[in-house]
Amino acid sequence: MKKRFSIFFMALLTMAVLGGCGADGTGESSEDHSSKESVAESSDVQASEASSGEAQEGPVYGGSVVVGIQQDIDSLDPHKATAAGTKEILFNIFEGLVKPDENGNLICAVASDYEISEDGLVYTFTLRDNVKFHNGNVVTCEDVKYSLERVSGLLDGTPLISTMKAIQSVDILDDKTVQVTVGAANTELIYSFVAAIIPAGSGEDEAANPIGTGPFSFVSYTPQEGIVVEKNPDYWQEGLPYLDKVDFKIVNSPDSALLELQGGSIDIYAYLTDSQANELKDTFQVISSPSNVVQALFLNNAAEPLDNVKVRQAICYALDKDMVNEFVAGGNGTIISSAMLPTLKDNYVDLNDVYGTTANVEKAKELLTEAGYPDGFDLEIAIPSNYEFHMQTGEVVVEQLKAAGINATIKAVEWSTWLDEVYNGRQYQATISGITCDMTPGYLLNRFQTDSKKNFINFANEEYDALYQKAQAALDPVLKAGYYADLQKLLCEEAGSAFLQVPANTTAISKKLAGYKFYPVYVQDLSTVYYAE
Amino acid sequence: MKKEKKGKWNKYLVAGLLMTGLAVVLGIVGFFWTPYSTTAMSAAEKFNPPSLRHIFGTDNFGRDIFSRVMQGCSTTILISTLVVLVSGTAGILLGAITGYFGGILDEIVMRITDAVNGFPSILLTLVIISLLGTGKQNVIISLSIVFIPSYVRIVRSEFIRLRDADYIKRARLMGVSRVRILFVHILPNIFSVFWVSVMIGFNNAILAESGMSYLGIGVQPPDASLGKMLSDAQGYLQSAPWYALAPGLTIVWIVLGFSLFSEGIRRSQDDKN
Amino acid sequence: MKYFGKKLFTLIMTLFLVSVAAFLAFQIIPGDVVTSILGTEATPEREEQLREELGLNKPPVVRYFSWVGDVLKGDLGVSYRYSKNMNEMMPVKELVGDKLPVTLWLAAVSLVFIIVVSIPLGVLWARSASRATDKLGHFLDAALGVITQTTMAIPSFFLGILVTYLFGILFKFFTPGGYISYKEDFWGFLGYLLFPALSIALPKIAMTARFLRNSMLTELKSDYVRTAYSKGCTRRRVLYGHVLRNAMMPVVTFLGMIVAEIVAGSIVIEQVFGLPGIGRLLISSISTRDFPVVEILILYITFVVIFVYFLVDILYRIIDPRISEK
Repeated sequence: MKKRFSIFFMALLTMAVLGGCGADGTGESSEDHSSKESVAESSDVQASEASSGEAQEGPVYGGSVVVGIQQDIDSLDPHKATAAGTKEILFNIFEGLVKPDENGNLICAVASDYEISEDGLVYTFTLRDNVKFHNGNVVTCEDVKYSLERVSGLLDGTPLISTMKAIQSVDILDDKTVQVTVGAANTELIYSFVAAIIPAGSGEDEAANPIGTGPFSFVSYTPQEGIVVEKNPDYWQEGLPYLDKVDFKIVNSPDSALLELQGGSIDIYAYLTDSQANELKDTFQVISSPSNVVQALFLNNAAEPLDNVKVRQAICYALDKDMVNEFVAGGNGTIISSAMLPTLKDNYVDLNDVYGTTANVEKAKELLTEAGYPDGFDLEIAIPSNYEFHMQTGEVVVEQLKAAGINATIKAVEWSTWLDEVYNGRQYQATISGITCDMTPGYLLNRFQTDSKKNFINFANEEYDALYQKAQAALDPVLKAGYYADLQKLLCEEAGSAFLQVPANTTAISKKLAGYKFYPVYVQDLSTVYYAE
Repeated sequence: MKKEKKGKWNKYLVAGLLMTGLAVVLGIVGFFWTPYSTTAMSAAEKFNPPSLRHIFGTDNFGRDIFSRVMQGCSTTILISTLVVLVSGTAGILLGAITGYFGGILDEIVMRITDAVNGFPSILLTLVIISLLGTGKQNVIISLSIVFIPSYVRIVRSEFIRLRDADYIKRARLMGVSRVRILFVHILPNIFSVFWVSVMIGFNNAILAESGMSYLGIGVQPPDASLGKMLSDAQGYLQSAPWYALAPGLTIVWIVLGFSLFSEGIRRSQDDKN
Repeated sequence: MKYFGKKLFTLIMTLFLVSVAAFLAFQIIPGDVVTSILGTEATPEREEQLREELGLNKPPVVRYFSWVGDVLKGDLGVSYRYSKNMNEMMPVKELVGDKLPVTLWLAAVSLVFIIVVSIPLGVLWARSASRATDKLGHFLDAALGVITQTTMAIPSFFLGILVTYLFGILFKFFTPGGYISYKEDFWGFLGYLLFPALSIALPKIAMTARFLRNSMLTELKSDYVRTAYSKGCTRRRVLYGHVLRNAMMPVVTFLGMIVAEIVAGSIVIEQVFGLPGIGRLLISSISTRDFPVVEILILYITFVVIFVYFLVDILYRIIDPRISEK
């Protein structure tokens, strides 16, 4: 165990302190290498799914695909877009200095290399040669400075990405080097530099088109219908993208998504339900991968009778997570008991033994009796009605709680109402929802601090707050991971909420296509997708 | 000739009564007892096609669809009856007062009913549900509000027609109180007209309730409702078409039965006159 | 003339009331536009900035009247929610203008269905009913009665699902949900519209045919028919020359009301078939609290409904001058 940790330590240290993109640090070559590797990997997926032989013939350039998406775009401004459904598309148009890869690591994008000072306060980025915006202009340090100042609020006093508030100054050292100074050391800040680089001044002018450096450039957007992008011929990654055109089409419901897949009017759809996946498994490549969403029966720790830890624990015991997973996710979900994605392997601890993954009605009733509710109580679960997945989970959960004597009811609310009353107003007893995580390990744990603005479950635990402060201050990744493990345990044992599962993203891909990569974060990368003739 | 015609009216009445009766019995029984639990789930019984054990098959949670249809019938009929009761009573009161007295109150009420009528009814229920929240009683309240104007219009026009009738004038001269004139002298005389709109109103209430549940703003799961079952079933149309057909055909059955029934009553009334 | 003045006044009053009601409703219902747009991840500064951009920091009364002022000047405002491009929000006029053709074409195709089928059907029906002694006539009358009753009992969403299942999944005549934009391929667009239009038209066909039958039977009993027969007119001439023409007048007004209903947006059918029309825009704008869009759509729908009723009213006056004397 010790040894394994030290290997992680070495790896993380190399990445975080020596900076750069990969151990050898030479940007360009390592980049090419990694992209080739991933194409090969995806081809393997293809080969195992479809008939062999296609992989050897290799990718074919050209063609267009239609990708079904669930929600409308909230903004085409990459810094102002907040919806996950928008970011997954804009990933194809915009890039930051760094970007995530399919393994959950950061790779260099607009920057070819970066360095972080020992004290964690100074970030030095070296720009990649000849990265061009979609308008043909080469990315300069001015563009980087403008973009970073815009998101951090240095430009007009309105920070657009909260973690970027830490930036104190952005200085241009020479025509290839930008230095960023931050107020406090935070080893996780580097993940925020995925923020898009846009042309200097473009946020203010009346440019008709969003301009970035990504593999695809923007063509058109029609509200309620979708967004069309086309190949960026000058993309800095040699040989990418393969496709000429991608049409992200909004489908109005998962039901019509299924029908459209069957009818051939969309080629790729990433959010299939289990039963849909079953219907498509013969005609499509259907692949499941863990999402970056933590689904839970969130309990308002300040609402009676959930302010009693025994009641919360009773609920955790009463739930049969295996059954939830089976009914709503077809067994493809990953069961969890605290707020960390299992895909973030270095920081995740498995706590599923604490309450077990099947129902323990005896124990639940015992705890309820101890808490003074031998006959159970009434529980109203507010669920955003636009999420069929959460609504179905609600039906299963209500049935399971009934067995333990808890009389639960579902209150379906509109998403806007949910945000207003449940998330911001905290006027609720329990809710079923999902919280999305980015690649930063501490991201999910951060919100459960007593004073956090995002602590919508009103979790209040001084020990937790103190531990989080220590974790935040720790520069050593292993130490940090240890604190994170303690935090997860505390949250689980105190039954802050009843964590259920990390649902799988089940994606259907046309059998004609190959090269689709799965990310541990919420993105759809179309740059590596190609037609295998 | 006459006899033959009479036979035809009875056919409407009999068919209507039989269909409505079956649905009502199913609903009443479903209120107290169903062959299987309407909520118990079973992974082993998912999507069973109709069989002797489950005559309408089972759904995505392995629940018996027939039991849920029974419960859905009872919910739908109960809600629709209450909606007709509430909106009909309110319609009579408002229509009687505005029709008989006229004046500024009449003007105000009519403008409001115009506005409510102009508003698409789905939209109005959507707004009211957003205000009140979901739940059975809020469905009843919102549908009642939506349906009041139609009753007001009919009652009002009847009261306007009758307020100047000779026997009412005489009653006024004899010093009969206003309330008595309104509800003892005029009201019984509009019932034949009012009944027809109540019949239509009941059917509209059933369609509206299932429509709301279909859009997810009506009865909340895990309670069964015909409309919600339909919207859930839509995603499984290809693999489990029975899931959609069972609640859908049940709605058609209730509505058709009731309209045959009211057609039958209308025709037998025509015959009497 | 006084009549028109009064009607116009009523129209304006109703529109005003409706707009106030919608505005008030948006003040009361839970859900804040800013959080609804920005979600859970935005910084407080950004929320404040957006609130100011949208003018939400002014008092409600000021906002309402500045909105009324803008609308009277012909400026319908911009959507809170839909952006046109990176920096501009979508003008409501463009957004609605983009969706309106879908709804209007849907209405047109449905109306064609209704007219083409219901009128011959109604005439056939009336003819059968008027020959009740004839065995075939009697059978047809009864059969059509049952069929139309049944059709009218099917709720629109179930009909939509049935049409999807039959024509989309079993017969594969069309791809359910595979809507084709009218801008890309107009004929493909119309082809797709056939099926939602069919779902809208079926119950209306039953209603119209039923209405036409009853209207014709009433006409057949009137004096002029007897006179025409006694003058030696053929049955055909009486039926098509006199009866149908007179019976059509109330049917036309009935059709008018149906048009009003469809043009106002078939929310449910658009939802079932995934048509990006007025109805769907309305539903999604309500759920995202996109007030400028909702307000305009509600006004549009109210206007269409009232205006068509108004036309119907005028038509009645033309047919029956006695009404206007009252």
